[in-house]
Amino acid sequence: MIDKTVAGIEEAVAGIHDGATVLMGGFGGAGQPAELIEGLIAQGAKNLTIVNNNAGNGDVGLAALLKARRVRKVICSFPRQADSYVFDALYRAGEVELELVPQGNLAERIRAAGAGIGAFFTPTAYGTPLAEGKETREIDGRHYVLEYPIRADFALIKAFRGDRWGNLVFRKAARNFGPVMAMAARCTIAQVDEIVPLGALDPEIVVTPGIFVHRVVRVASTRAADVAA
Amino acid sequence: MNRRNRNEIAARVARDIPEGSYVNLGIGLPTLVGNHLPPGLEIFLHSENGILGMGPAPASGAEDPDLINAGKQPVTLLTGGCYFHHADSFAMMRGGHLDICVLGAYQVSATGDLANWSTGEAGAIPAVGGAMDLAAGAKKVFVMMEHLTKAGESKIVERCTYPLTGIGCVKRIYTDLAVIDVTARGLEVIERVDGLSFEELQRLTGARLIPAPEAAAA
Repeated sequence: MIDKTVAGIEEAVAGIHDGATVLMGGFGGAGQPAELIEGLIAQGAKNLTIVNNNAGNGDVGLAALLKARRVRKVICSFPRQADSYVFDALYRAGEVELELVPQGNLAERIRAAGAGIGAFFTPTAYGTPLAEGKETREIDGRHYVLEYPIRADFALIKAFRGDRWGNLVFRKAARNFGPVMAMAARCTIAQVDEIVPLGALDPEIVVTPGIFVHRVVRVASTRAADVAA
Repeated sequence: MNRRNRNEIAARVARDIPEGSYVNLGIGLPTLVGNHLPPGLEIFLHSENGILGMGPAPASGAEDPDLINAGKQPVTLLTGGCYFHHADSFAMMRGGHLDICVLGAYQVSATGDLANWSTGEAGAIPAVGGAMDLAAGAKKVFVMMEHLTKAGESKIVERCTYPLTGIGCVKRIYTDLAVIDVTARGLEVIERVDGLSFEELQRLTGARLIPAPEAAAA
């Protein structure tokens, strides 16, 4: 019997090594796997390269990982936010490296890694500072920039429900980077609100098929509506 | 002259959005356009974080942290709306499926180059988000901005001095003073606010303007 569910956060984040590249789901707080990140802080891996849309908010989640000085490099599209002070201070002090990537290129580079694509030409950023030094090509009269995949050792994502084969469905706009990140890592770890029996997820609406998922851990929902219910 | 305030610029942009359009409103000023779309018309708002059919802000107390817009503010989903992942969302943006996007800007050039993500200031932390994808991929890029900077400099320029977001991508510029089309002939003034002459508008603008054939004061 195949059972990808694990008992707790500690087991879920086991084996994440120093220097690993880790994809981290979420767009701001929506879809951020906060408990897995807390587990990663406790686990102790360092010199990490983190791929996320942002660079942490407030003092929790990715910001807390940064604050604990575990991150060598952040690959993201939008680090600067009203409450990104942890990243801002580290960046200004030269203590964290930043690779700024247009958001669509970020998603597509991750998707390309998951789909076995060697590189792709994208119109985004042509003629801008973010394409400087990159190979370009004119195709059918339009200019494109060559971009390479972002492959990762681990992906930490948050889904809504999962089963023991790793099939996942997401909730509302918390889906965001989860499905593409799940495809692009050697080991994808999903925290879910609920683990359901095989067959409980309608096969027509499974968003991430279990082939992309290696560990599933249940984390009790903290959404006010669910707690009240 | 009757300078337009931010809501009036937003209302003016909204008038150019036909029913059935798939539209992305950039974060900041363009978000206001959503408040001025005519009720009863079905216009599909896209949010880069994976929403089509995005609705207005929820009632106080009904916010859902899993349902936010690109600016990370709580929103709602209209009946018939849907969710999708980031690669699909940006395929909509980069693949030419969005009819219109509305973006803010630091500068727009006479040839429609857009600068809206960085002032290039030393020490500033750069952030680009989805701006370059929208600039490259939407069928029409509308820019909505104040005509002048706080220091009184024109944001419409012959050549952008700030780092570019996209080249030759802007189709129409809406400011507090005018509506201007970027055309092969140049920057065509299609509308001026009441009490503003073409000559005065030209004097305030850092690039050469031409009157559109049908130009008239609004």
